[in-house]
Amino acid sequence: MRTPDLIRFARDAATGNPLRTVLLVLAMAIGVAAVVVLTALGDGARRYVINEFSAIGSNLVIVLPGRSQTGGFNPGNAITSTPRDLTVDDAEALQRAPAVRRVAPLAIGTSEISIGGRLREVMVAGTTSQFIEVRRMTLAQGRFLPADDWRRGASEAVIGAKIRDEMFGAEPALGKLVRIGDRRFRIVGVLAAGGQGLGMNTDELVIVPVSLAQAMFNSNTLFRILIEANSREAIEPAKAQVTEIIKVRHDGELDVTVITQDAVLATFDRLLGTLTLGVAGIAAISLAVAGILVMNVMLVSVTQRTAEIGLLKALGATGDTIRAAFLTEAGMLSLAGALLGYALGHAGAALIRHLYPAFPAWPPGWAVVAGLGTALVTGLLFGVLPARRAARLDPVQALSKR
Amino acid sequence: MAEASTAPLIALADIERVFHLGDSEVHALHRLDLQIEAGEYVAVMGPSGSGKSTLLNLLGLLDRPNAGTYRLEGRDVTTLSPEEQARVRSERIGFVFQSFHLVPRLTAAENIALPMTLAGIPPAQRAERVAQALKDYGLADRASHRPDELSGGQRQRVAIARATIMQPAVILADEPTGNLDRATGDEVVRLLEELNAQGVTLIVVTHDASLGSRARRQLQMEDGSLKRDSRCAPPT
Ligand SMILES: Nc1ncnc2c1ncn2[C@@H]1O[C@H](COP(=O)(O)OP(=O)(O)OP(=O)(O)O)[C@@H](O)[C@H]1O
Ligand SMILES: [Mg+2]
Repeated sequence: MRTPDLIRFARDAATGNPLRTVLLVLAMAIGVAAVVVLTALGDGARRYVINEFSAIGSNLVIVLPGRSQTGGFNPGNAITSTPRDLTVDDAEALQRAPAVRRVAPLAIGTSEISIGGRLREVMVAGTTSQFIEVRRMTLAQGRFLPADDWRRGASEAVIGAKIRDEMFGAEPALGKLVRIGDRRFRIVGVLAAGGQGLGMNTDELVIVPVSLAQAMFNSNTLFRILIEANSREAIEPAKAQVTEIIKVRHDGELDVTVITQDAVLATFDRLLGTLTLGVAGIAAISLAVAGILVMNVMLVSVTQRTAEIGLLKALGATGDTIRAAFLTEAGMLSLAGALLGYALGHAGAALIRHLYPAFPAWPPGWAVVAGLGTALVTGLLFGVLPARRAARLDPVQALSKR
Repeated sequence: MAEASTAPLIALADIERVFHLGDSEVHALHRLDLQIEAGEYVAVMGPSGSGKSTLLNLLGLLDRPNAGTYRLEGRDVTTLSPEEQARVRSERIGFVFQSFHLVPRLTAAENIALPMTLAGIPPAQRAERVAQALKDYGLADRASHRPDELSGGQRQRVAIARATIMQPAVILADEPTGNLDRATGDEVVRLLEELNAQGVTLIVVTHDASLGSRARRQLQMEDGSLKRDSRCAPPT
């Protein structure tokens, strides 16, 4: 039998029993859609976290006050207690490390910003001039903090895009004087909108020199020291050098935690990658169920079409032809189900992205390929048994069956 | 061998076909010898259970004998592989069944084309031959009807068109008029006889004595054996 004829024959046989066909295609489609949507969720979570971390800069080494108990990264680091202050002097000392390109101390607190009667609460970040490069942020207007003495600092502030909009509206912000806490600052720059990372929305951030921020919060300690290594290869040396310098400065006691962005990323990547694989596996079970359904429905179909199979044999069809016809039918049903499921899955992922725009719910390529492949393979595999049964039917008995 | 050219179309020698039903054995065919020449018109008659259908299935290579040899056009076909037998069925044998056995989801034209489709004949050639067959059997205006939209007589004509579309050497018909009323049955028989007149060997199983008497040769079966093999002068 010619291939186009085989395909047409299988198609007619499939459409000859619409209920059966719809059922099968749907079962297959749900399986594939489950794989696509669940892996989109899993991989979306992975990508979301990776993006969050990547957004804070590249080749980053981060110093946190307090010693983390475990060797690796653990999210509890963020709330460890502070036995000894991490100071601006510590940060300044780190500039000596050869593998380090830039250093930015970071003090964080909340305060109020007011101008001309308008008042709102803001997150204030105290830092120094290189912060903008370390964090890979861009300015919409003006300039960033000047590179002068870290312990003094001019009363100048850089504000996020949303602050600018809310406080100034259509008026120009650059050069204006604002009150932050109990001090007056001159606005010298506005950050570009859309900055994200580590749960910190830079749109609602006000950046001031670190010395002024510490005075404002009445504290000597830093929240973080952000360090940019010379290169990707320099990240580990930088980490070692930074650790050593701080240890020496803290009387030989290592009371800080030094993490690299790479390690954090790798951990999350691994964790969430495994999660994605796991949900893909669960979704694949529904595909196996669909495969068994294919087998059963095809077996019923062979029984229902026994007389037809006998006739085909009488008309000169070989066992191979009959096997091919049934396999083609199983394959076509699986393919239709897989394609429908693929479309449904993508629609589902698109819906998730529409509902949660920040969440990159894209199914990974491997999952889509694996889902489609599994659907086809299970369909064909579970189609083999019915096809063989059909091919082996005794024509006389098959023909006598009504 | 010279034998091949003079060999009968069908030669059965010492054929046994035994069915096992539990402990008992049923000899559906027993020590059967039969020769049929090309172009003959043979009616197979006999009481129910005498082995007529079994014989026809064997002749059509749908069944194998337990013993004995079957030569078709001089060639021993009992030893062929299933694939080779399928090929012989496709090229040399046409079946007409009592219950028509049309594929319900296919149109009349597609049903007629089915043997050619299975044999892998190109669509253009198929279409040409089907169009001719539809015309020959008065089905031209029913080409795209499905079997459930056709009368019994029309269905059997589709079945006959299908049986002849591969231009077989022999047509095997098991009670071809069994499901038809007298008038349409006669019409179907006339079609089959026309084919025979064109040289196709025709073997018809029938219960109907008047139908059987139209054949030039009658085989009377009983308990799996040939009880009588009679020939009468061709009707004028
Ligand atoms: N598959 C089978 N298994 C067991 N016995 C069978 C089988 N097929 C046929 N027989 C037996 O073989 C004998 C011949 O059957 P066959 O169908 O050839 O009869 P028939 O002459 O065609 O009868 P009818 O006129 O009723 O169609 C019967 O006794 C039948 O019961
Ligand atoms: Mg019978």
